[in-house]
Amino acid sequence: MKAAAFAYHRPDAVEEAVDLLAEFGDDAKILAGGQSLVPMLAMRLTHFDNLVDISRIDELVGIDLCDGEIRIGAATPHAFVGMDDEVADSVPLLTLATPYIGHFQIRTRGTLGGAIAHADPAAEYAAVALALDAQMEAVSPRGTRDIPAKEFFTGLWENSMATDEILTAVRFPVWGARSGFAVEEFARRHGDFAIAGAAVAVELDDDSRVSRCGIGLLGLGSTPLRGSPAEEAVIGRSVDEITADEIGQLAISALAEIPADLQGSATYRAGVGATMVARAWKSATAEASNA
Amino acid sequence: MHEWPVQVSVNGRPTQASVEPRLTLADYLRERCGLTGTHLGCEHGACGACTVLVDGQAVRSCLMFAVQADGCEVTTVEGIASEDGELSPVQSALRECHGLQCGFCTPGFVVSITALLRDNPKPTDEEIREGLSGNFCRCTGYQGIVNAVHRAAEVNAEVLG
Repeated sequence: MKAAAFAYHRPDAVEEAVDLLAEFGDDAKILAGGQSLVPMLAMRLTHFDNLVDISRIDELVGIDLCDGEIRIGAATPHAFVGMDDEVADSVPLLTLATPYIGHFQIRTRGTLGGAIAHADPAAEYAAVALALDAQMEAVSPRGTRDIPAKEFFTGLWENSMATDEILTAVRFPVWGARSGFAVEEFARRHGDFAIAGAAVAVELDDDSRVSRCGIGLLGLGSTPLRGSPAEEAVIGRSVDEITADEIGQLAISALAEIPADLQGSATYRAGVGATMVARAWKSATAEASNA
Repeated sequence: MHEWPVQVSVNGRPTQASVEPRLTLADYLRERCGLTGTHLGCEHGACGACTVLVDGQAVRSCLMFAVQADGCEVTTVEGIASEDGELSPVQSALRECHGLQCGFCTPGFVVSITALLRDNPKPTDEEIREGLSGNFCRCTGYQGIVNAVHRAAEVNAEVLG
């Protein structure tokens, strides 16, 4: 279980890191917290001739609230995100998702940007980014661009960034005062990849009708997904007339390729997913109704 | 591949070496520093036996390359007891409460529990189980370990008075 040999690069600035990626192309990989990459290297599931360690680039670490958004630097560790009071106040879905990521000894090293760029189908922050319509900031030799979350996740461990692009920050919108949030997931052992899970955000208007709803799904496809049919079905309706079971079933109704593995069949996983959405919906709407 | 010079403070002592980038921090500690208390079980971040403190934070030393620890302060299980060999409250409690049998996983537990109690001096049963979910023990069934965390928390509270 030792990684094959590679050359190590430790740039001090994003510009320098981007130049290295441009120089090496497919032969380079970004190393941030390493909590997903290093096991894959150790098991020799993957190999790169060059690792570009971005964990010491100061400008990639930090949390800022501005213009109705929280901007989190890509190399900010999960532990920082989970403990930050400003995040808890303005984007509680991140705070609720954090304890589900691995174990605390993983969260000290793992980074928000790394988890999102790695694009594991069971990644909690990825589901949160989808549910809230977050914007990914990517930097390349051609400049900076924003990538909406819904265009970011393209396949198993694949995202829409070019090989010479670096995810530098993610901006999460702050929802209105009458909002509720919840994360539910089911794993055989705490900290394992979830069999299925859901991150639910709901916002109500003055008449307790749903004005906005985001549902991120974990473990139910080759990428993190959205429960779009459920999101669309609830808009404009009063929360009292919507049952949690209905939302759960709707959220999974359009999923095309639910994975089956030793942990369970596709049918089982779909059932767990629907239950997780239903539970999260109940908590989120209860919170929003009391807000 | 091109080697990198690293300087790491280990248990308060400066160490330095030239290392291949692929050398993990765990192997650096065991093979270059001779500190074999840090155990390697799975070598891919699942078992927690290799847990050490890096700049005070509990991390998997198998999921970190030694080059990434350059300039950092590392504490291993060898640095937990006092200089004269007196066991720390966590170590004493593990012995007292039968929190170990074969002892292979124990260094990882000692380090994780030390970090856990520093951040949360009086954890509930649930918080202890959550905090230790990243460490495997194949002997004890965990009851003794959970009891030991409670015991160490009590002793710490008495010491702090």
